Amino acid sequence: MKGRIIILLAGLSMANTALGQNAAAPETIRAAVLRVDVPHLPPISRLDTAPEDLGFAGARLAIEDNDTTGRFMGQDFEAVEITATPETAAAEMDKLLAQGIPFIVTLADDAQTLALADQAGDRALVLNARARGDGLRGRDCRFNVIHTAPSHAMLADALAQFLMWKKWPDWFLIAGSHPEDVALANAYRRAAAKFGARIVEERIYEDTGGSRRSDSGHVQVQQQMPVFTQRAADHDVVIAADENGVFADWLPYATWDPRPVAGSAGLVPQSWAPSLEAWGATQFQNRFEELAGRPIREEDYQTWVALRMIGEAATRTQSTDPAALKEFMLSGNFEVAGFKGQKLTLRDWDHQLRQPILLATDSVTASVSPQDQYLHQTSALDTLGFDRPETECKF
Amino acid sequence: MKAATAILTSALCLGFALPATANRVFVSNEKGNDVTVLDSDTLEVIGTYPVGARPRGITISPDGKELYVCVSDDDLVRVFDPETMEEMHTLPSGPDPELFVLHPSGNPLYVANEDDNLVTVVDTQTHKVLAEIPVGVEPEGMGVSPDGKVVINTSETTNMAHFIDSESFDIFANVLVDSRPRFAQFNDQGTKLYVSAEIGGTVSVIDPEKQEIIKKISFEIPGVLPEAIQPVGVRVTQDGSKVFVALGPANRVAVIDGETDEVQDYLLVGQRVWQMAFTPDEKYLFTTNGNSNDVSVIDVATLKVVKSVPVGQQPWGVVVAPN
Repeated sequence: MKGRIIILLAGLSMANTALGQNAAAPETIRAAVLRVDVPHLPPISRLDTAPEDLGFAGARLAIEDNDTTGRFMGQDFEAVEITATPETAAAEMDKLLAQGIPFIVTLADDAQTLALADQAGDRALVLNARARGDGLRGRDCRFNVIHTAPSHAMLADALAQFLMWKKWPDWFLIAGSHPEDVALANAYRRAAAKFGARIVEERIYEDTGGSRRSDSGHVQVQQQMPVFTQRAADHDVVIAADENGVFADWLPYATWDPRPVAGSAGLVPQSWAPSLEAWGATQFQNRFEELAGRPIREEDYQTWVALRMIGEAATRTQSTDPAALKEFMLSGNFEVAGFKGQKLTLRDWDHQLRQPILLATDSVTASVSPQDQYLHQTSALDTLGFDRPETECKF
Repeated sequence: MKAATAILTSALCLGFALPATANRVFVSNEKGNDVTVLDSDTLEVIGTYPVGARPRGITISPDGKELYVCVSDDDLVRVFDPETMEEMHTLPSGPDPELFVLHPSGNPLYVANEDDNLVTVVDTQTHKVLAEIPVGVEPEGMGVSPDGKVVINTSETTNMAHFIDSESFDIFANVLVDSRPRFAQFNDQGTKLYVSAEIGGTVSVIDPEKQEIIKKISFEIPGVLPEAIQPVGVRVTQDGSKVFVALGPANRVAVIDGETDEVQDYLLVGQRVWQMAFTPDEKYLFTTNGNSNDVSVIDVATLKVVKSVPVGQQPWGVVVAPN
């Protein structure tokens, strides 16, 4: 394997004639990935424990991909990886800004993302690879932020389209008690109104604290979940809005009425799933797994896309000037390939990356939205999330 | 399926060969794990034959004696007798072979290995690997110049067409094209190289001498969203006058004037059209439609789609026997 790479490098450096590149030392394009880890309880399932390299592994693959093309173009890419806590995030951001790093991918919650964006101001472009709140793309939008993470509204709309195609319009919505759960539940209410579904019953599942798993904890849970869901109005499907992983995983097979579960468990709308094989995704999964030694997660994909956007901008503009790259990315002519069957582009009204949303179970990608039946005058992808006339974003 | 195999077996026992009056058309069915054989005159299905796990790329030797199938999940190329559809031998291909191209002489075979960022060169006589050529990320499309001197590989994530010297196996030029290049095809005159970009939605027309893009063809179809226009397979008539481009989920084949490189027409075919093959007399062009499980037959002279023939599950590649 190493031998091959060396041969590749030699082969490529001889091979620049067609692109008219000089043989001078490559110019470096610098970026950073800043991950803000909030201390939290272990998840319900040990399979969902966050890996140490969450997001960073996606960054490493993106840099490898960028560098392969970069070798032909005389461009070199790097991304420093920074882990912070909510307390140290601002100081870490200051350090990155002081070093003049022009592109900063953030993996943080909504509030922290907004604070970091304001801190960066016009000194760096922030690429949000985790926070999903609609507020960040609406009232709290910032011109210096690009969102590669899909919004709550996009995820909810993606699931809603599928459920309407399935003719399951009556929903029993169960939301958690955290602010993010309330926000996600709002997105489902909006999606129901948008696509003609009815929320026939709503319940809040309070997070009363305590650990999420215990030895033979399933014994009690098996009793609790049916009781919690009993005597709900007639519904086709249960939708869980549980951003913190408090209860949703326990719902399938435990609801009082025999109904499928979707949302935060069961059929889950997401930006990426390790099961996807279409559109060349198999090769992407293989490359990631070889590099990271684990299946990919959404944060890895969203970070990968963010850094690939920078690489793609550098390739197409044949420039390493951060201002030129930024301008091109926001120009309306920008597009990037992301193994989702069509080009990914940016919405000029809120800087959200347009992208198909996968609907996946634990083992398969069952569908991909937008569903064919939902048409749009400019891009079918704009049937997901806040469209131009609806946006509350003003740059 | 079973019936077809049974008929085949009995035909063989009685010593009949398959009908040889017309050309046989071989369609690889990615999900069916088989090849459907059609008669190019009657446009009827002759039979369906199991070929291994996940067949995709398919081609035939210039003398029509060996049929090559990339069986991706078996990680090799299987070689069949096109008359009997009996497996003759296998060729090493490297892992997950998807597309390949034969040297005009029939030897060697150049195979793209997506997972290893390699092009594997295989001797079709000795069945040995001659070379492994490192290329960009996710090599896919393979083309060869009519004189056999230049092999083209497209890499889907690097977004380049790599020009490979078929003697030395060195990359001597790279041309940046649009996103996710899928297919590379020279015209028979060797004056133009067409490279399709699936996500970019374009076909780059490249001057092979200068390795420069001379034109980028883009497509616009009323009532079809731009993102559904995803060019994949490209075929050029022998005189170079017409270029056909399969547009994937746009469910159309574009017809392009080979002189001006302007789009002349769009032909409605089946769903998710990817690969195409001419009959040797260029009367018909066959297209594989992966999402509608059929093959569309285009009359090349009149530019009409004259028939749709149901084949196996998720047809991927197609080749027509030369004799």
